[in-house]
Amino acid sequence: MATAHGGTSAETPKAKRPRRAHGPATASRTPVAAHDLDLLRRMLLIRRFEERCVELYSAAAIRGFVHLYIGEEAVAVGVHQALDERDAVVSTYREHGHALARGIPPEAVMAEMYGKTTGCSHGRGGSMHLFDADRRFYGGNAIVGGGLPLAAGLALADRLRSDRRVTCCFFGDGAFAEGEFHETANLAALWGLPVLFVCENNLYAMGTALAREHAQTDLAMRAASYGMAAWAVDGMDVHAVEKAARGAVESMRAGSGPHFLEMRTYRFRAHSMYDPDRYRAKEEVEEWKRHDPVTGLADGMRTAGLLDTATLDDVEHQVAEEIDHAVRAAEQAPEEPPEDLLLHVTGRYEEAQA
Amino acid sequence: MSTRTRPRAHPDDDTTTYRDALREALREALASDDRVFLMGEDVGRYGGCFGVSLGLLEEFGPDRVRDTPLSESAFVGAGIGAALAGLRPVVEIMTVNFSLLALDQILNNAATLRHMSGGQLGVPLVIRMTTGAGRQLAAQHSHSLEGWYAHIPGLRVLAPATVDDARHMLSAALADPDPVMFFEHGSLYNAAGTLDPAIQEVDLDRAAVRREGTDVTVVAYGGCVSKALEAAEQLSGEGISAEVVDLRTLRPLDDATIVGSVRRTHRAVVVDEGWRSGSLSAEIASRICEQAFFELDSPVERVCSAEVPIPYAHRLEEAALPQPAGIVAAAHRVVS
Repeated sequence: MATAHGGTSAETPKAKRPRRAHGPATASRTPVAAHDLDLLRRMLLIRRFEERCVELYSAAAIRGFVHLYIGEEAVAVGVHQALDERDAVVSTYREHGHALARGIPPEAVMAEMYGKTTGCSHGRGGSMHLFDADRRFYGGNAIVGGGLPLAAGLALADRLRSDRRVTCCFFGDGAFAEGEFHETANLAALWGLPVLFVCENNLYAMGTALAREHAQTDLAMRAASYGMAAWAVDGMDVHAVEKAARGAVESMRAGSGPHFLEMRTYRFRAHSMYDPDRYRAKEEVEEWKRHDPVTGLADGMRTAGLLDTATLDDVEHQVAEEIDHAVRAAEQAPEEPPEDLLLHVTGRYEEAQA
Repeated sequence: MSTRTRPRAHPDDDTTTYRDALREALREALASDDRVFLMGEDVGRYGGCFGVSLGLLEEFGPDRVRDTPLSESAFVGAGIGAALAGLRPVVEIMTVNFSLLALDQILNNAATLRHMSGGQLGVPLVIRMTTGAGRQLAAQHSHSLEGWYAHIPGLRVLAPATVDDARHMLSAALADPDPVMFFEHGSLYNAAGTLDPAIQEVDLDRAAVRREGTDVTVVAYGGCVSKALEAAEQLSGEGISAEVVDLRTLRPLDDATIVGSVRRTHRAVVVDEGWRSGSLSAEIASRICEQAFFELDSPVERVCSAEVPIPYAHRLEEAALPQPAGIVAAAHRVVS
């Protein structure tokens, strides 16, 4: 591999294999089978949703910058297994997967892509700024590293109220080079804040390879130097992600302070819809696609007798229907009238208009 | 140090200093609302780099008077996050020059989250900092950049110039649903004054007429208000009646008070410690021209800092800043 995840604990993608002893084929209604099927359904929803976004973008139905998460679905879905609805999530501009995994309805995310009032940010944010206050999903931040200090503050509020909630902050290997990561890591460790730092190391900060932006590419090791538990995880394996996140969150709820997970992952698509993807070899992309987290889980389940073709077809069908519905609803949703332009700038203005 | 030993600089009357008035406001906020906490560099054990928070750590404890690392972006951003979570943080940055290290958080998050989220999120956060020159602290501790912040939709920008405003603006700022930038001019901390017992709250949407006059309106804010008043006093001796308007709130500007005064005097001098080019003074002069052009008897004059990084040498620093003599000269030009 031309550009592998570096560092002392580097691991290249593993061959696809069942990760757990799942039991006999007849166990399709066991908790394990149901859980795996749920993981598969959640990852497929993200995958198919974004594939539809590509079509809609090509048809000029949605505009702006659109950053696809395809290839990284195991991270969002696996981490969310460890979070509950009282926890908070802070995300990046590559956040469709995080938002859907958080439970924001696909129609609200799709309507946001369309810039409609029914969007999860009422059309003011677009692809890069998905929000849902009720689900404690705090964006959707398109300044690389910009969400990290917010996560520390959300966690500080919980700390001051002696609340056992955690705040999960997603960011990338690019953000690891920003001062805001290092300031926030130090602050969170210094104050023992319950922040779960989830670094999605997909090997590229836009077009700059990991080894061309970091002198030391073992990000988990560097994070550990701040005095927090930190380790690398195979981010292409949803079971490994879930296990790591559950372990970290359980420890954090017991008061152990921040944790850092370096999710070693890969995006199969270009940085954004504008990106001609000239900076990496096609062979490298193809090699990583052999470790696709979605087909990896499905193949593993099949091998373990937990998934048959009819069930997979059924899941695909449900997901497709859900996305069809989201697109139809977004297309039919109203646009905001220009008279409303100045809304949502200050609370005082909203009050004055009310 | 127990705060009981420092209840007030002058316990027998309502005389206080700007610094003590700010501290009383912080104490009142911390005592009356559990959601309020103060954080910043050296606000705790040190007592605040300009002594504003002296004694508050001992009174309220380290959770609510929180020393931070020298990480402006992280602790300002943490203030934003805590505000999102329902707390009412007061974040102190040592000087406006240092606030640039947190400008990303202030602009791209604090001022923007409400809009980007379609109105779902508000950031009720107060960010206090020192601004301004006059203490020979040279170019990296002396600038007046509050006009930059006044450019940004989503922020409220305050510049208390009197002990009454130092005492009462904070509670109003904490009641605001949006981020508030709170600029304390460094030359004012030792300024003494008498608190007006009739004032128990301030309206952040209103500028204040500090001296009434009929011949010329002098618009000023922060550290320049006292200079404008000094100039007005001198002009009075020369038979020129100057009205002094203290902006108090730099965003949103109180056009009605500013333009209303100019409509009475027909002449305006705008004083701004910021640099002239692209400044707050330019904005105010424009608004006067837009709204009262045909009522002006002469062009609007501006008295601003010279377009130079603030120098260390005393005589040069004095020469770089707006001074009463310059305000008087400008008033003569518009009145003549």
